[in-house]
Amino acid sequence: MSSLQQTLTLAWRSLLQLRRNPWELMDFSIQPILFLLLFLYVFGGAVAGSTAAYLDFILPGVIVMNLVFVTVYVGHGLNTDLTRGVFDRFRALPIARWSPLAGRILADMVKQAWCVLLLLVVGFLLGFRLGAPVSGVLVMLALLLVFAFAMSWIMVLVGVVARDPEHVQLFGFTALFPVTFLSNVFVPLDTLPPFIRAVVAANPVSLLAEASRGLLSGGPVLEPALWSLVWAGVITLVFAPLSLWALNRRLARS
Amino acid sequence: MDEAIRAEGLVKQFGATRALDGIDLSVPRGTVLGLLGPNGAGKTTAVRILATLLAPDAGQAWVDGCDVASEAAAVRSRIGLTGQYASVDEKLTGRENLILIARLLGFSRRDARARAGELLVEFGLEDAAHRPVQTYSGGMRRRLDLAASLVGRPRILFLDEPTTGLDPRARLDLWNLIRELVAQGTTVLLTTQYLEEADSLADEIVVIDQGRVIASGTSDQLKARIGGQTLVLAPEHESDVATALSIVTEIVGREPEVDGARLRVPVSDPALVPAVVRRLDESGIVARELTLRGASLDDVFLTLTGRHASVETPAGDAEAAP
Repeated sequence: MSSLQQTLTLAWRSLLQLRRNPWELMDFSIQPILFLLLFLYVFGGAVAGSTAAYLDFILPGVIVMNLVFVTVYVGHGLNTDLTRGVFDRFRALPIARWSPLAGRILADMVKQAWCVLLLLVVGFLLGFRLGAPVSGVLVMLALLLVFAFAMSWIMVLVGVVARDPEHVQLFGFTALFPVTFLSNVFVPLDTLPPFIRAVVAANPVSLLAEASRGLLSGGPVLEPALWSLVWAGVITLVFAPLSLWALNRRLARS
Repeated sequence: MDEAIRAEGLVKQFGATRALDGIDLSVPRGTVLGLLGPNGAGKTTAVRILATLLAPDAGQAWVDGCDVASEAAAVRSRIGLTGQYASVDEKLTGRENLILIARLLGFSRRDARARAGELLVEFGLEDAAHRPVQTYSGGMRRRLDLAASLVGRPRILFLDEPTTGLDPRARLDLWNLIRELVAQGTTVLLTTQYLEEADSLADEIVVIDQGRVIASGTSDQLKARIGGQTLVLAPEHESDVATALSIVTEIVGREPEVDGARLRVPVSDPALVPAVVRRLDESGIVARELTLRGASLDDVFLTLTGRHASVETPAGDAEAAP
């Protein structure tokens, strides 16, 4: 069996777990829909004048916000495997050393794609219509997955360092809430006070949301998309080696 | 002699703790080696090194002739490993867990299903096969874990405290499964802190303490090192324990150890027993248990280290903590 097949098998295993974990399924299926509905109908009138106008703005934003939160499951799942001894079982098998980690990240990509499509469908049901070519949806999906991949490395580090899966979740959400809210996901950049505007403008969540809006409804795409990719590259370059170093260190210490 | 497992001078240091301090092991093919020691003795560390999960700081080891450091992949394809804690995926069913391992080992979809079905029957898990592992009892989990380590039909099996935390019934079930594997020719390296377990399963026992081998040999050889015998006495009524204690102390000339209502004392002269019986009779004490037995492995450990071997910490996983 090739290492690619091993990775696919391990990804299949991660997805199989979902059936037994309705909370996780809820978390990344129902929660984003709930967010979308709440923000749309509570803030829509105030922010954009009407819910219909706000939908164009908030849908890509919620897609990006949810993407960031779902990456926590990479760390959560990895930590569960490490603390429960499942990771050791895999390591004692004659399979590629990197396939357990790759399988988990791959499964995460599938979950991410599912969330994006789910939110798009719900958006359409609420009246959202594409204002740009359909190919934009695919480009957006690719862009989002590249960024999710980069974020996965941060979560691998969290999963390795955390004592137990609960701490992964706690850390993940505590750190990610400010990151997603200090962005243009919910409100346009020019409504913000100047002193946080620079931070919000540079936040990769803002950049991704802006690129996604452009790809779905028309507007600037190239610049925010390129900056998002730069962020993804930097995050990967920093966190992939760091996470692997931390993982090997943890494995060598027990 | 054909060796399935060989280790020479294994050393492993975790921070300030020396988990292994120069361990040599040799396991002939088709036999069971019992690695016996209290928590923190280094048993798990030794198994993790032999199973390629951990690199030793010094020393060398071979499994089926393959070096664990330079030929790790070859070692992994020859061994089965059952950890101290059931290392199966709790969210998956028993069947899914076995199919997963089989697929990773390169079985085709059809063969993986067949092998999983076979093992589920063999390990009495057929009825629970479709249930997620998180609903299993401790004994079922351990059986599934053992089954998972046997998917690839390894000739060499590492069992790290396979029955720790199991009730006596589940423990006996697991013992029988292990005996069957051995009868089929599997080489087993078993770690345990239960003396009874090493005594009943292992051909040869290596006693380790604080990372060092302190004794090795067959169960009988180890017991013979103690010489002497042990008198065990349990009065029928607990109120008689104090009187019985003073009688035995007086006759044997050494104060027995009291374990609940049971007294234990090493005796060098079997002729003392009738004297004990007479005095008990005179005092009207009825004995529920009165035996003279050969030394147990616990006695061996006590003699070798001055401590009991069967002291368990509640957590049970203090071993190898950094």
